[in-house]
Amino acid sequence: MMDIVLSNSSEQPIYEQITLQIKDSIIKGTLKEAEILPSIRNLAKELKISVITTKRAYEELERDGFITIVPGKGTYVAAQNKDLLRESRIRIVEEKLLEAVNASKSSDLTFDELVEMLKLLYEEDI
Amino acid sequence: MEPILQIQNLRKEFKEFTLKDINLTLERGFIMGFIGPNGAGKSTTIKNILNLMNRDSGEIKLFGKDNVKHEIEVKNKIGFVLDESYYYEEITVLEMKSIMSSFYKNWDEAAFKRYLKDFGISPKKKIKELSKGMKMKFSLAVALSHHAELLIMDEPTSGLDPVVRSELLDILSDLMQDENKGVFFSTHITSDLDKIADYITFIDNGQIVFSAAKDDILDNYGLVKGPKELVCYNNPADFIGIRENQYGFEGLVQNKEEFRKSCKEKVVIEKPTLEDIMVYYTRSIPVIKKNDL
Repeated sequence: MMDIVLSNSSEQPIYEQITLQIKDSIIKGTLKEAEILPSIRNLAKELKISVITTKRAYEELERDGFITIVPGKGTYVAAQNKDLLRESRIRIVEEKLLEAVNASKSSDLTFDELVEMLKLLYEEDI
Repeated sequence: MEPILQIQNLRKEFKEFTLKDINLTLERGFIMGFIGPNGAGKSTTIKNILNLMNRDSGEIKLFGKDNVKHEIEVKNKIGFVLDESYYYEEITVLEMKSIMSSFYKNWDEAAFKRYLKDFGISPKKKIKELSKGMKMKFSLAVALSHHAELLIMDEPTSGLDPVVRSELLDILSDLMQDENKGVFFSTHITSDLDKIADYITFIDNGQIVFSAAKDDILDNYGLVKGPKELVCYNNPADFIGIRENQYGFEGLVQNKEEFRKSCKEKVVIEKPTLEDIMVYYTRSIPVIKKNDL
């Protein structure tokens, strides 16, 4: 099951907090493909928020292809999005790496030095 | 489907106060909070909905039906909780229930017993022995036991402690699992509404200031804070209300994105609470600035 933690003091609208956290759960795999999500009314009740907020969050998630809303039946985690998602994440990594490459070129860092640095950072992070 | 509650151009004149052309609509499946300062016209509006007061003009429809012409029929489908207790004080909860249940066509005794148990109300206690919170919960038990489709509450949380208020929110959000129900409640304790209300209708001085989805209100309005030297501060028309202190100002704007675009200076823009919005509207401009004094 997913976790949703809402902050009232955050500048971010509540519906956005929900969509981001559900997206995260889907990406991480805590929410699996075809898994059923709570109804908008149930989610609103649990989080003590307006059904308009949960409805909007689900609509955004459906628009972005993360979930499928089947009227009268329920809301499910959509099928194909995981690969798509991974791809878009990889693209982000590529962009950041390119930035790092450009930065190291302009400060005369060699390829080996850059690899070494990346290795250290990668292992450190775990 | 017909709205569960619809008020059109409701007008009621008193010697020193007029309810001016009230319009609002509540669809099934939603909770509407009715906010405003004391004396703004909240109770007068509610009394008109319940036909406890004769209106001068306008129309009120409940479940698509006129609230006066079809009074008995619509009232069978309404549960109400009023600020003051309207029960006989000297009799027990059970005796009071017998009186109340005889008014309703769809009385559900099993449901009533379940609510009493859930709410922790002893059936043998006299009404006068119940605390304020217990009385409110008893009213709710009566309202819910005839399967009301629309719950109308006038200041249900005033004078109640935060624990009972949060219990009420639980009960309401339970009720709203049924998308055919509706809740309309007035309050001046807006923190309750910050949580579960879907729509907010704000009344001040007998007039509706706005009636809109709560999310839109809270996401659009902004509380701007900054030093008084700011150029952006010099156009009072941008602000709904302003509060000044020695070190700076705080003001409410209706559209924070627009303000952010037009004001190039460094200001803090925060998300207001409903209470902030209510206070800034009712404090009203023009604000007397220190220099003018």
